Amino acid sequence: MTIIKAALALGLGLCLFGGAAQAQATLTGVKQKGYLACGSNPALAGFGVPDAQGRWTGLDVDFCRALAAAIFNDPTKVRFIPLSAKDRFTALQSGEVDILSRNSTWSMSRDTTLGLDFPAVNFYDGQGFMVKKKLGVTSAKQLDGASICTQQGTTTELNLADYFRANKLKYEVVAFASADETFKAYDSGRCDAFTTDASGLYSERLRATAPDDNVVLPEIISKEPLAPAVRQGDAQWADIVRWTHYAMLNAEEAGITQANVDQMKSSDNPDVKRILGTEGKYGEAIGLTSDWAYRIVKLVGNYGEVFERNVGQGSPLKIQRGLNALWSKGGLQYGPPIR
Amino acid sequence: MTASSGLLAQPFVRRDPVPAAPPPALVGGPVAWIRRNLFSSLTSTALTLAAVLLLALILPPLLRFLVFDAVWTGENRDACRPEVLGRPVGACWAFVANKINYFVYGSYPIEARWRADVFFALLAFGLAWMLWLDAPRRDLGAAYFFVVFPLASYALLAGVPALGLPAVPTSLWGGMLVTIVVSLVGIVVSLPFGVLLALGRRSRLPVVRLVCVIFIEFWRGVPLITVLFMANVMLPLFLPGDVTVDRLVRPLVGIALFSSAYMAEIVRGGLQAMPRGQFEGAMSLGLGPWLTMRLVILPQALRIVIPGIVNSYIALFKDTTLVSIVGIFDFIRTIESARVDPNWAAPTVSVTGYAFAALFYFLFCFGMSRYSRFVERRLSASHAR
Repeated sequence: MTIIKAALALGLGLCLFGGAAQAQATLTGVKQKGYLACGSNPALAGFGVPDAQGRWTGLDVDFCRALAAAIFNDPTKVRFIPLSAKDRFTALQSGEVDILSRNSTWSMSRDTTLGLDFPAVNFYDGQGFMVKKKLGVTSAKQLDGASICTQQGTTTELNLADYFRANKLKYEVVAFASADETFKAYDSGRCDAFTTDASGLYSERLRATAPDDNVVLPEIISKEPLAPAVRQGDAQWADIVRWTHYAMLNAEEAGITQANVDQMKSSDNPDVKRILGTEGKYGEAIGLTSDWAYRIVKLVGNYGEVFERNVGQGSPLKIQRGLNALWSKGGLQYGPPIR
Repeated sequence: MTASSGLLAQPFVRRDPVPAAPPPALVGGPVAWIRRNLFSSLTSTALTLAAVLLLALILPPLLRFLVFDAVWTGENRDACRPEVLGRPVGACWAFVANKINYFVYGSYPIEARWRADVFFALLAFGLAWMLWLDAPRRDLGAAYFFVVFPLASYALLAGVPALGLPAVPTSLWGGMLVTIVVSLVGIVVSLPFGVLLALGRRSRLPVVRLVCVIFIEFWRGVPLITVLFMANVMLPLFLPGDVTVDRLVRPLVGIALFSSAYMAEIVRGGLQAMPRGQFEGAMSLGLGPWLTMRLVILPQALRIVIPGIVNSYIALFKDTTLVSIVGIFDFIRTIESARVDPNWAAPTVSVTGYAFAALFYFLFCFGMSRYSRFVERRLSASHAR
């Protein structure tokens, strides 16, 4: 009860004195606190889920760990603050979290009107389709006349309409209020196809009564670049976030993994040297140490490792790299050079 | 003749009473009970048959799902997938067993979980002392429960680095721990606050009365979910960037104030029911207003409203699930999070999680309800019919 009284007094006092003193650099604030406050997803398979002991696992939470590794040389110095879709941006704007790493789609309106920046896309998602194998459908173009299960009032419904109109296909929407209901309906044979974001298709497929009887079609009909977000107006912090992602990409491209990063330190390859900080002081330019990228790879891993571990072949989800492959392998993940 | 005369010489005198014959089967015994209670009239018979039919429809599939087809052990999703087991799969209790630590403690650091265990033990001890009406020194028990226990729990759970208990940020608390902490704060704060507010509302001093009325009507006038959203989403916007009130404390304060307002109205109901004679009698004994309240009015008024109070506690206990909407990892939220774990993705995992939650909430609420019935019976001997 003492906490409550103290909090009340504090709350009242602060309401009176109000005022904003937020312009201070995020990095300084994070270092002062001694931990990174990371807005995360409360529950999204592969991106942010607690394991049996309550430790967070996933692509998005590992991004925050990478950031903490770069700043503190300790990936555990993160406090995850799980945020609902409703309060995620407010929490970032109010300074409650330092970064929002919570599968948020980077769109123009969010970028320009919310006072946010999306420094780098860490997962290219997009709406896809899943059908029963026995239908023999191999492309979304063959879905003419199909009934499609989707969630009510989401952009997936609009994307679906656009796609079928553009391709002059007929379809029937069967919409449900919740994601659970939607998938249940598809699984019980209520409709021919199920649509949601591709990452969601893979995680839903796992809970089907017979997962192997369902296939995800190759077409992606919408753009959902999922990106971490930071507050606008702190260029240094945005740089740190952006280059943390790029460092992970560059490490993968150069073949630096969590396992071989120590041997790689003595490599003669100038690219590797610059990434790992044995040559040049690139990390210091963004307010970190020159071995920042070494720390990230050593403590968390390169992008490919983090991807495979959380959503790829090392996880039950088994999502293909697809758009998230390195640019050199036909994907969109392109890390500008560290030099 | 001799034989008969001998009999006459020794007249038959019965020394033991005839053993009582059992009542006719149609008056006593189970058959009669059934006839009287289940088939006494046409309507009653129809209702009984309908109920039996309903049970016959619901129970077998329910039992089949929860018990007979259930999976009790397993390491991952394969344990609960019908195509792996080759039989229909009911509840996946293996999932609950695997995640039980998460459901109880949330993300509370593993090496510090003994502190949560000690908290549960202290709580059980305090509850037993308070709830067992014949326990010795219940005054000490109250002091323990309302002063020592909250301080000790705070020190244990949040941590006091000076005492060698490293701080545990509340963002790591979760599961039943948070559900119990939130409802306990609501329950413990709301009764004394509610009594004060109820007395204030009946006060003759206009300022006190006005303040209490405004407080009560304000908190009763806004939905709890609005309070929680204000606390967790809006409050940070009003505060300067470098100051944050803890994310768990915010809804705690909200819930405590909210439930106090409801409690105040319940207690006021009890106060209204007190006949004027009780006040006058107390006055004639020379008791001042405070003593009148403490010794005469409140004990009777509170006894009248026990059902109301317990009702509000049960509602509060269930309402704590709302904190999950503002990102607090209460028990329901941990189930929501655990069920999406791809390592446990199987058709019945979500349902199992919810069934487990239902069981948990039912046990607590039913326990509270039974206890209140017991106390009512104990205290209302004078009103017994």
